[in-house]
Amino acid sequence: MDIIKNDTHIDFMARRKVALVFSAILMVASIASLGVRGLNFGLDFTGGTLIEFGFPEAPDLGDIRSRLGEAGYENYTVQNFGTARDIVVRLPAEVAAEEGADVSTAAIEAMSRIDAGVDVRRVEFVGPQIGAELANQGGLAMLYALVGILLYVSFRFQWRFAVGSVAALMHDVLIVLGLLSLFQVSFDLTVVAALLATIGYSLNDTIVVYDRLRENFRTKRKGSAVDLTNLSINQMLSRTVMTSMTTLLVLVALFYFGGEIIHAFAYTLIMGVIVGTYSSIFIASNAAIVLGVSRQDLMPVEKEGADQPDTEVLPARFRNS
Amino acid sequence: MNRYAPWKYILLIMVLVVGVLYALPNLFGDDPAVQISSARGFDLDPAVETLGMDVAERRGIEIRATDFTPQRLMLTVNSSEDQLALADALRDELGDAYVVALNLAPATPAWLRAINASPMVLGLDLQGGVHFLMEVDMETARSQQIERFVDDIRNLLRDERIRYRSVRAERDQLVVELRTEEDRQEALRNISRDLEELETETFDGSETFNIRARVRTEVMDDLQRTALQQNITALRNRVNELGVAEPIIQQQGAERIVVQLPGVQDTAEAKRILGSTATLEYRAVDEQNDPFEAQRTGRVPPQSRLYTDEVGNPILLSRRLIASGDNLIMAGAGFDQQTGSPKVDVTLDAVGARRMFEFTRENVGNRMAVVFIEQRPETRMIDGEEVRTSRRVEEVISVATVREPFGRTFQTTGLESARSASQLALLLRAGALAAPIEIIEERTVGPSLGRDNIEQGFNSVIIGFVLVLVVMGVYYKVFGLVANLALTANLVLIVAMLSMLGATLTLPGIAGIVLTVGMAVDANVLIFERIREELRLGNTPQAAIRAGYEKAFSTIADANVTTLIAAVVLFMFGTGPIKGFAVTLSLGIVTSMFTAIFGTRGVVNLIYGGRKRVSALAI
Repeated sequence: MDIIKNDTHIDFMARRKVALVFSAILMVASIASLGVRGLNFGLDFTGGTLIEFGFPEAPDLGDIRSRLGEAGYENYTVQNFGTARDIVVRLPAEVAAEEGADVSTAAIEAMSRIDAGVDVRRVEFVGPQIGAELANQGGLAMLYALVGILLYVSFRFQWRFAVGSVAALMHDVLIVLGLLSLFQVSFDLTVVAALLATIGYSLNDTIVVYDRLRENFRTKRKGSAVDLTNLSINQMLSRTVMTSMTTLLVLVALFYFGGEIIHAFAYTLIMGVIVGTYSSIFIASNAAIVLGVSRQDLMPVEKEGADQPDTEVLPARFRNS
Repeated sequence: MNRYAPWKYILLIMVLVVGVLYALPNLFGDDPAVQISSARGFDLDPAVETLGMDVAERRGIEIRATDFTPQRLMLTVNSSEDQLALADALRDELGDAYVVALNLAPATPAWLRAINASPMVLGLDLQGGVHFLMEVDMETARSQQIERFVDDIRNLLRDERIRYRSVRAERDQLVVELRTEEDRQEALRNISRDLEELETETFDGSETFNIRARVRTEVMDDLQRTALQQNITALRNRVNELGVAEPIIQQQGAERIVVQLPGVQDTAEAKRILGSTATLEYRAVDEQNDPFEAQRTGRVPPQSRLYTDEVGNPILLSRRLIASGDNLIMAGAGFDQQTGSPKVDVTLDAVGARRMFEFTRENVGNRMAVVFIEQRPETRMIDGEEVRTSRRVEEVISVATVREPFGRTFQTTGLESARSASQLALLLRAGALAAPIEIIEERTVGPSLGRDNIEQGFNSVIIGFVLVLVVMGVYYKVFGLVANLALTANLVLIVAMLSMLGATLTLPGIAGIVLTVGMAVDANVLIFERIREELRLGNTPQAAIRAGYEKAFSTIADANVTTLIAAVVLFMFGTGPIKGFAVTLSLGIVTSMFTAIFGTRGVVNLIYGGRKRVSALAI
């Protein structure tokens, strides 16, 4: 059975200008959304207190608000979480700064007055210093991942490919961030994890195409960089689609069956996989071509014997020194 | 022909068998158990195990398994009725020195336990419980230390009759102002002789001759370490009060402590208990009166109070306080260099040292006792209302004879064993003035959410897994089924490795497993697409299989290494649950390489490799 016809000859590179414009628009839109709406930073980064209550019967949100007001809270938010019976109360960091971790106690008491059967499903309190640290660590993690990848790809391929893949990754992260900002998805630590997993995934896709491109550069005598890129992408197309499909399948399962807490994570990864698949087809190779990747860049420095059993002999001028 | 050497099959089967064995304990669930640990956080005496068995035998309770570690003894029983009965019986038998808690022990059969197989540890987000991150206020700890040195210098100068204008703390430094150069030289000599912890330099004021002193960096570091350790000890003591089954109290970085209390739901109560304080008091033993007499008649001399000593005998202690925990700077266990017997070294601050010297000078040959005092929070029901009070618990932890006058530093010798020395040192440190700590992060998961998380996590793994199986089977036919075998093996291996490593499974960890399921087939997709391609090029099925596996290998390796980089970075920077995601993702990548390449090749070779002529591949 085939989803993608075996011998596709889609001229992806002919559409590369269109793709570039499309990506540019998406990126500008993302930056605009990040600038205007910003990210909906979750508790992990802002600090503060979050309490999730499970009520035996759906409570009246207005009632909850007035109880919290009576208990002396200000600037709180009350929301349903998943179901009408689950309520999340958020208290700002300033309250926490004054009262420390005790801040949740009075809120829990106030809720048990509404319904004695209320179940405290979770309490999260993050002090302001921790929030700042986690934000720093998240940013640093992104940076280190990108640098590590840049080095590895430079070492295994060539710097143009490394720059191409990192450009694609930044493109992915930016657009996913834009989407998170547009839909105001709560940005917490699991989302950072999802972004890093997106980086890993998108790169996986990109490397697979690069790998084939390298092989084609080494084995095919004819064809420009653009032609060979097209060929490589087409050859890998059914694999790209298949893997994206299985990954999306499990992510959708996670999104629908994994529960509220994992929602933002699954959402981010779903976006990430879609954008990552697009970028490994249109952006990563495109960037390498724009940077002027050529045959010489990928000639084996030493013979890789078993790896390439049917390498055709290449004209001397194509060989790297 | 595509054939695997026999050793490859043997290796494959061995890995799978080991994987299945070590993944197996996760299927057995839990049994009710009673856990015993020391109330003071000491190592457990192995004799407790025999005692526990005896108690159970007397009550006719069958013990299914015992598990002894220095931290705790776990007795597994058949039912929760047995569990409650045994716990009550043990509480009566063991008294206050031990904590008896209800716990769940993995119901791993003995033959699996014999090979050290145990189920995965569930994170707090899955089993419910409290996670606290606490920070020691090092700023205050530092200024406490500086203030102590201010007192030390004042006392030193006074003792040596050196006149000074002032001694004061200026942020991290101490400044001594003297009137003459001679006084300054004299002061400098004394300070560098008696207070080795300080670095000094001189500078002149408008009318004064000054000394600026700084606490040596290594001494400060040491004090900070002590401050942290002391808090950890104190926290451990208090957590034991809570009777939590398997608490985790760990240092994190230079100033932080992680406290995890599985199964605890009342966070307010937990916070109160963690916040309780302990101190200690050095008191003279009243040698004039008979403690047994006082105990019998109930008539205690007015200047004394009646206590019970470590072995349970009555003892009368003077009401006059010699020194308290606030005066204690350091206490450490060691061995006497001459006699080789265990000892505890104690260092007091200047105020304590002065009082200790005054006392010991006049009491050589008399005894001195240390009383450990704790405020234990209690919740009691009065008229149907919960009333929260705290109870003062006092306990004599050491009685020793004064051999000669001493002050700032002294040793307690004549201890029974190295173990009792380290226990005494531990308690002394717990009672010393602690640097304040603050909760900077709290994550509590209620039991209902924990259950939901497990259920939802499990469901999404299964649903995702089945979806992928169906897609692969339909799309790649026989080869797809082979890939499905590999995917199943992969899942088993991930679970086995998580269990073997004792890694903690968290909700993000489950998400990592789900993601791995989706991505693990990538290696097979790459191989199978390559085989299809080779077939289209007109290669024979056998050649196509060989070429497919060989050519796809470097692609798979490159692609996986880059994902691994992202996972490792995530592990280094992530905290708590996020680490769990990184761990499962990395393990998944490694195991999927093994099953998807090595494993499927083995099966494919079995199916097609042996045949002389294969007309078509079901791919």
